[in-house]
Amino acid sequence: MATDLPVLKATDFASDQDIRWCPGCGDYSILAQMKKILPTLGVPREQTVFISGIGCSSRFPYYMNTYGIHSIHGRAPAFATGLKCTRPDLSVWVITGDGDSLSIGGNHFLHLMRRNVDLNIILFNNSIYGLTKGQYSPTSPMGKITKSTPMGSLDFPLNPISVALAAEATFVARSVDSNIQHLGEMLTRAAAHKGTSFVEVYQNCNVFNDGVWDYAKEKAVRGQNTIELEHGKPLVFDDGKQGVRLIGFQPEIVSLDKTATDDLLFHDEKAESPALAYLLSRMRYPAFPEPIGVFRCVERESYETQMADQIDLAQKKKGIGDLNSLFNSGDTWTVV
Amino acid sequence: MTETSSEFLTSHKPQQQLAGVTVRLVGDSGDGMQLLGSQLTSVSALAGNDVATFPDFPAEIRAPRGTRAGVSGYQVHFASEEIFTPGDGLDVLVAMNPAALVTNISDLKPAGIVILNSDSFEAKDLKLAKLEKDPRQTDLLKNFRVIEVQMTTLTRKAVEGTGLSVKEADQCKNFFAMGLVFWLYGRDVNPTLRFIDSKFKNKPDVQAANRAALMSGWNFGETTEHFASTFQVPAAKLKPGTYRNIMGNQALAWGLMTAAQLSGKTLFLGSYPITPASDILHELSKYKNFGVKTFQAEDEIAAICSIIGASFGGSMGVTTSSGPGIALKGEGMGLAVMLELPLIVVDVQRGGPSTGLPTKTEQSDLLMVMFGRNGESPLPIIAARSPADCFDAAIEAWRISTQFMTPVVLLSDGYIANGAEPWLIPDVSIMDPINVAHPTAQNGSPFLPYQRDENLARPWAIPGTPGLMHRIGGLEKEDGTGNVSYDPVNHQHMVNTRAKKVANVANVIALAEVKGSDSGLLVLSWGGTYGACHTACERAIASGKSVGHVHLRWLNPFPKNLKDIIAQFDRVLIPEWNSGQLRMLINSQFDVKATGLNKVQGKPFSVTEIFDEIERMG
Repeated sequence: MATDLPVLKATDFASDQDIRWCPGCGDYSILAQMKKILPTLGVPREQTVFISGIGCSSRFPYYMNTYGIHSIHGRAPAFATGLKCTRPDLSVWVITGDGDSLSIGGNHFLHLMRRNVDLNIILFNNSIYGLTKGQYSPTSPMGKITKSTPMGSLDFPLNPISVALAAEATFVARSVDSNIQHLGEMLTRAAAHKGTSFVEVYQNCNVFNDGVWDYAKEKAVRGQNTIELEHGKPLVFDDGKQGVRLIGFQPEIVSLDKTATDDLLFHDEKAESPALAYLLSRMRYPAFPEPIGVFRCVERESYETQMADQIDLAQKKKGIGDLNSLFNSGDTWTVV
Repeated sequence: MTETSSEFLTSHKPQQQLAGVTVRLVGDSGDGMQLLGSQLTSVSALAGNDVATFPDFPAEIRAPRGTRAGVSGYQVHFASEEIFTPGDGLDVLVAMNPAALVTNISDLKPAGIVILNSDSFEAKDLKLAKLEKDPRQTDLLKNFRVIEVQMTTLTRKAVEGTGLSVKEADQCKNFFAMGLVFWLYGRDVNPTLRFIDSKFKNKPDVQAANRAALMSGWNFGETTEHFASTFQVPAAKLKPGTYRNIMGNQALAWGLMTAAQLSGKTLFLGSYPITPASDILHELSKYKNFGVKTFQAEDEIAAICSIIGASFGGSMGVTTSSGPGIALKGEGMGLAVMLELPLIVVDVQRGGPSTGLPTKTEQSDLLMVMFGRNGESPLPIIAARSPADCFDAAIEAWRISTQFMTPVVLLSDGYIANGAEPWLIPDVSIMDPINVAHPTAQNGSPFLPYQRDENLARPWAIPGTPGLMHRIGGLEKEDGTGNVSYDPVNHQHMVNTRAKKVANVANVIALAEVKGSDSGLLVLSWGGTYGACHTACERAIASGKSVGHVHLRWLNPFPKNLKDIIAQFDRVLIPEWNSGQLRMLINSQFDVKATGLNKVQGKPFSVTEIFDEIERMG
């Protein structure tokens, strides 16, 4: 890109505020990757806005040397929608957590996706309420013992990727806090997508839910427990030893000793129907390796673009509005 | 004097001159009574009368036909003098069925005229209205002049040949009734014929039928022996200028659009549909060619949050709602207080609590908008007093909000939102601009997002400006830097500063003005009770009473001279459509024990109710 913008470094995106997450929190890694990829996007800092709700992850904007709003619980998508509709020139990021986006903010999460406002929403999923000190969250498994569920949670968990797909999201991806290269790639892809880009990040809360994602994080096992999605490529994992094929509507793990690669399920992130992406979202550990990567990436015109287009069209058809002629239109009378 | 362009039909019967008339049109909620009323309002305004209206309809879209629950009404008061209320007693009641008749007859003045659709008094109609006897055969109507008209039959006859089914033909009978009322008061049929042509331009058969029904009603008046004469209400002596008829919600929407232009800002409306505020959303959605952006949010909370986002970006955010919606917006409004961003929250009040009386009026949200947020979260509150005043109130709310960097609540109510009156059309090109400035790029010294000006307002720095990057949020912030701060002394300072900033609004708003005496009894009012209070006070003053009237525009802060004004009077009367909310504020802030006149019936005050209370208080 030919540009005379100053070359920025990750440190240019750091604010002067002390970071107050617990030592060892997965949030540090996500913050680091964000600071690393932002200079590569060619967007000036003053054109970038981070908006968050409430929760540990939602402190994120304070640590970025950009514009930002630390808003109220669950509503960040609504603030971001109003901002993007009026300022399409800005690069807008929503930072949220599993409680913030799927519990108190569930409604706004759904409507953001279906409208396809051009912004990026990063969900830090630690499967627990951290800031309120350890209650179960909408992504906690049933039976989860927490302070508020001493006999185990009765709530069936939500699957964020499935919810996003059901809400007609056009870009849906998953990554892991400690898999920094992959995470950086997913954030970059999210930024590149025009429309709402949703990224779920498995994030470890080492204080209230330590180890919840170890199966997907630990070097020794993550190869067997996760599967990296690549567009147009077969679903292969475990260092090429195993793959996934489709029997009817059901995925099945097969050994590549016995099955040809051509018979495996091939990923198509651009498929018009979200059915394949949904099927992949239902592959959960331990029955299946959990997919990470881009589940879905399709084109649909973004909300704020259509809003601006309607204004352009109205002005072309009716001319730019004039208040005096509006007020004097229709039935009027004159007192002399 | 008025100038009218089109020639209109005039009756050959003798004319009787009247100073003013109050007509109420009542029927089923599907009978088109609101349409009839709004047309009578328009043509009366066009005839140069001053006009005040009171639409009154049920919350159900189509309650069962013919039942009392489904009765929808529209009251129009037109006069040859300046008027401020839709009238106390009725001169004429037009009732389309027995349910409408029995639920409204008590408001008809003695010897008043009642016009009935006599085709709708069959046994089944009486049963639907839960009547054992035909009210025409009882004493109910004995003090009135009853005119029975076979409206259904005559309408069917009139529209024969247009190809409409019987059911469709029956839907034209409101236009028949309209024609008759127009004839009776010498109203011009031409504007309504134009309205029919435009509204039904894609349905030529319906258009022709409604035209025929209207003219048939007019001709019926001219030929029937029921009426020996027509009534004429001459034009009122209004201030010179060009007028149009305007409803409160429309005036509010137009005021917002005007403020957007005067301030050079984009108007972003984030709103969720709710009665009786939705018409503001509908109205603004029409004006995309003015650059207005409207967003129908997924809920009330998203609506307030979306406009905070828009205001952060440098547009002007506005959200419109009613009581239940405002309750949901509380947390967002609190955040706007904390962020110190300009935006307007419009509350078109309705009967509460809870879902309450969605289509009826009340003033019972004052204390909610004043105090209904967690923590110390003051914000300015302005209330419109009449339909046309919604235009000016919206502009004033915008001006204060941007000048002081604060959310402002603009209170309207169901009565003024749906009511209509003549509006002296302003010339936008000579209106005062609303000056809004954004700080520009800076290098070197760190930007202080909470550094304050002489009003204590902070700078409105918007994204896209190099060097001014800053983060704001709901956590308490250090004065100046805006950084998160838990410092106890800083918190006290910030609470005091936000309160002082809102109090400073009193430095720029108009002083309260006393109409009438400057001692004796003070009538203190706010919002939609203006017309009734004003008229009652005028009447009391004319009868020699020592009465002063102050109508408050700003409820927070109060005008600076209010304390001194209150001290001048022996007694204070505060009429409100609630149980005493302004009274509570006044009694707690000033050295006074005001008396309340409180009505919570979903209906406005009559002039008489207030006048009688003034009399009672001496």
